[in-house]
Amino acid sequence: MSARAASVRFEGVYKRYGPVTAVRDVSFTIEAGTLVTLLGPSGCGKTTTLRLIAGLEMASEGRIFIGDEEVTALPVTARDVSMVFQSYALFPHMTVLENVRYGLAVSRVPKAESLARAERGLEMVGLAGYGKRLPSELSGGQQQRVAVARALVLEPAVLLFDEPLSNLDAKLRRQVREDIRELQHSLGLTAVYVTHDQQEALAVSDRIIVMNQAVIAQDGSPRELYEQPADRFVADFIGDANLVEGRIERLDGETAVVDIGGTRRSLPHRGLEPGPTLVALRPESVRLRPVSGDDGLRGRVVKATYLGSHLEYTVESPLGDLFVVDPRVEAPIARGTDVAIELAAHGVTLVRDTA
Amino acid sequence: MRAPGGGGRVPAAVLWNAVGWAGFLVLPWYGIGDGFWSFAWLDGYPADPDHAPAVWQVLGHGRAWLAPIAFLLAVPLTVIGRPRGDARRGTVLLASGLVGLAYLVAQGFAIGIGGFELAWLEQLLGPLGQRQYGMGYGALLTAAAFLFLFTEGLAARGAVKGDGFVVGGIGLVVALVVTFIVFPVSRILASAFQNDDYEYAPAQFVARITSHDIWGLGCLSENVACGIAWNSLGLGVMTGASTTALGLAFALLATRTAFPAKRLLRTMTVLPLITPPFVIGLALILLFGVSGSFTQFLEWAFDIPPTRYVYGPFGVWLAQTLAFTPIAFLVLIGVVEGVSPSMEEAAQTLRAGRWKTFTTVSLPLMRPGIANAFLLGFVESLADFGNPLVLGGEFDVLSTAVFFAIVGAQHDQGRAAVLAIVLLVFTLAAFLAQHLWLGNRSYATVTGKGDAGLPPPLPRGVSLAAHWTAIPWAVFTGIIYVMVLFGGFVEVWGLDHTMTVRHYVEAFAVRLGDGGLEWSGVAWPSFFTTLTISAVAAPLTAAVGLLTAWLLVRQRFAGRRAFEFGTMLSFAVPGTVIGVSYILAFNVPPLELTGTGVILVISFVFRNMPVGVRAGVAAMTQLDRSLDEASLTLRAGTLTTIRRVVLPLLRPAIVASLVFSFVRAMTAISAVVFLVSADYDMATSYIIGRVENGDYGLANAYCAVLIVVMVAAIGLVQLLVGQRELGRRQGRTEAGPAMAGGA
Repeated sequence: MSARAASVRFEGVYKRYGPVTAVRDVSFTIEAGTLVTLLGPSGCGKTTTLRLIAGLEMASEGRIFIGDEEVTALPVTARDVSMVFQSYALFPHMTVLENVRYGLAVSRVPKAESLARAERGLEMVGLAGYGKRLPSELSGGQQQRVAVARALVLEPAVLLFDEPLSNLDAKLRRQVREDIRELQHSLGLTAVYVTHDQQEALAVSDRIIVMNQAVIAQDGSPRELYEQPADRFVADFIGDANLVEGRIERLDGETAVVDIGGTRRSLPHRGLEPGPTLVALRPESVRLRPVSGDDGLRGRVVKATYLGSHLEYTVESPLGDLFVVDPRVEAPIARGTDVAIELAAHGVTLVRDTA
Repeated sequence: MRAPGGGGRVPAAVLWNAVGWAGFLVLPWYGIGDGFWSFAWLDGYPADPDHAPAVWQVLGHGRAWLAPIAFLLAVPLTVIGRPRGDARRGTVLLASGLVGLAYLVAQGFAIGIGGFELAWLEQLLGPLGQRQYGMGYGALLTAAAFLFLFTEGLAARGAVKGDGFVVGGIGLVVALVVTFIVFPVSRILASAFQNDDYEYAPAQFVARITSHDIWGLGCLSENVACGIAWNSLGLGVMTGASTTALGLAFALLATRTAFPAKRLLRTMTVLPLITPPFVIGLALILLFGVSGSFTQFLEWAFDIPPTRYVYGPFGVWLAQTLAFTPIAFLVLIGVVEGVSPSMEEAAQTLRAGRWKTFTTVSLPLMRPGIANAFLLGFVESLADFGNPLVLGGEFDVLSTAVFFAIVGAQHDQGRAAVLAIVLLVFTLAAFLAQHLWLGNRSYATVTGKGDAGLPPPLPRGVSLAAHWTAIPWAVFTGIIYVMVLFGGFVEVWGLDHTMTVRHYVEAFAVRLGDGGLEWSGVAWPSFFTTLTISAVAAPLTAAVGLLTAWLLVRQRFAGRRAFEFGTMLSFAVPGTVIGVSYILAFNVPPLELTGTGVILVISFVFRNMPVGVRAGVAAMTQLDRSLDEASLTLRAGTLTTIRRVVLPLLRPAIVASLVFSFVRAMTAISAVVFLVSADYDMATSYIIGRVENGDYGLANAYCAVLIVVMVAAIGLVQLLVGQRELGRRQGRTEAGPAMAGGA
């Protein structure tokens, strides 16, 4: 099957609805056999981008390629993609097997072959034997898997997921997203996945394209996005960074010496010039210690929340209010306690201030 | 794995080009005089000049002006082999289709029965030796081919996501609406500006439209009749007000009281559907006419001499109020139920008493709905033709005046056109008011959320008023229907009340003759015509209506709002106006349809299409759009998607619009009276004729049979489709998303 997986390429694509631009000058390449997530807040253009790949929307400008073929003007039926919808969109008047077989039947695959493939598809998602049921007789998670099977049996060059987990409860989500990743890996599919949940995106993706206000904010691996966010928006959207003011005092080769609230740190300069700058502090990189004599930075705990696996603090400091995650649940710090603030060796990075 | 797109199918452009050639080379180009379905043309084909295909007309019969059509059909051949995404292919298809269609239409209008129709063409090119008649199969096929080549071209250039089927569907609906609504109605305008010699005469138009008998206000000061326009307007306002008031009383009774016979009340809403519009008038004559039961009772009991008091504005108003109250009821039930009980509960917790709650919360929330019901009653009254015809007497309204201007001794097309314009302006104004003013002002608060509240009981005064208006009126309506069913069994109403089946025998006798069964009753020919025409029209109406609804709900395209407005417009055009306009438009080439059954079918399809559109829109907005999209991404073409996903889920809506258009076609009268012919007489126009002759017995018998047939038809369809299955399907559609959302 992996032989059929194809790449997807956007070249300067725009989508306008009257005066509104939903997608602005978007270009990217999705390598064959990878799972790429389109991530962003609602209304950022990620779903429109997905629908542009499918052909459910037509680009106002720019070119779209699947594999080596330009598909910009091709209607949805002529594109070798299939899609798993947010609402699953299972046909309520057909049985599960009829649903899964539908794409094969309308492509005039002989009946015996299409039945066999549909059965195999159901097996693949662990629903063998459910073929005769109606979608309404399945649970939400099962319906979701039927939708995946229905899209899979066509062996599409690109498989699209439009927020496939948003209708599932939290526990099931983890399970299903691992199943999807597993299937994608073992079949070597090209998959494009839309979500607004950054954790989900980090968990399943080979690469993440973060979108904001119709444009691409950043395009990179989960690790790159987390550790080197391109701007204030990405840093904030992925992993709740504390964004604080700092000052680059001088550059020294690849690194910059930065003043953060009176303490000095050497960080990769990421192309920034000396002067005021923005620093992203990950909540788990801010460490709280008991106050001693010569602390560089001090603060006071104003809120403490116990969450079982970890504690969340809000700390008042000269840098502003800091959001802190601390795994040491055995030693909680009471509200009102003065603390010394240290920054860990990782999870502190300079960010270009664009917004 | 097959090629994406299903592979192996003939591209639509190739198919339509072939159809175009078939129309040009093979089928007879002009209309066949013997009727659309007659195959007598095969005799003498293809040499016969009346039945020859276009290519023969050009080569053999000197109709050289048809030759460019072949050229325009040949142009697409140069690009048809190119791949679908090719820009040049799209442009060439688009241009050749558009030019071809324009040329075909232009030559049809330019050259008619007398050679050149346009004087300047004759001056330019000299008189033409040849002539041509209305378009036939060949021309229609070729026109369709050009239309769809054009839409294919548009789609190939990326219109509406490059979906050829959708663009084609839009093109088809637009072409149909333009041909069968816009063109005929504009023909009225043209006709209004012409004098008897078909010359442009604006002065005469001004004289006609300002005429005293349309706008005169003599009735206010002297004892003469008022202008027809004022008659219509006054009647419309009265009927609108009375039907709304009664409808509201019924609606309150049915939803907000403990009235025991609520189900019975609700069945009232089907009455206007199954009742031919003049039946009420007929029944009123039997009750209140000179020899009517009530009149005779008054004479016997109080020595009040019988008069013709029921003939005139009072009788027409009474008949219309009886006929249209159920329509207002139907509208207002939805409105009253739409007022959220929690709002009323909120008012009550804020210390408002029952009466205060009703007047300050409930009633204002219903106001747009009430205005809507009033406008509906107003338009129905203006468009009503049957009741004024039967009961009007000396009292003329616009719809009947239009009819008499055409068929009466006057035979004045110009006057008919002017009257039709006045009528059209009134109904369009009401339609526009409804559309613009009420369109976005619904306060209905029905949401997906459960509304746990209970509506508070009505204030005592309101409740009493509702009971006291609704119950007597319901009883009255009941009596009326008994009269209709009973009237046919009496020898001569008012004079000889001997029970008889004579009228039924006369109308519906069946004899065993030499050649088997003989349908010897006088009503059979019109009865069978009515059944046939209605049965042909119903599926077409449903198809056009649902296609339009699907385009409106599921597709986004430039001009969508104008498209919606245009398709709904035919709702606002009164039947009499359609009737006149069809006579004016389709009596001469390029489309000669008068005197055929086809024109009746067409008039029904476009009169009733908005019903199908509304049913379809209502049903389709309930279906998740991603169902269609899922099917498309699974490689099913648009047509397959409609057939396998949309239609099965829309079955209830399809059945509803089928039944509705069938029944409406059977009971229609206003457009029909203009369009019937000796060969194609319809039941309603036949009955009207009998009423005009005072033959009430047979008319009553026929009406009763019609009503029974329609009730049977509705029942049969419900049985066939299966109420149980409908319920289950709805349950299923609801269960899907609910489970998905709840998980």
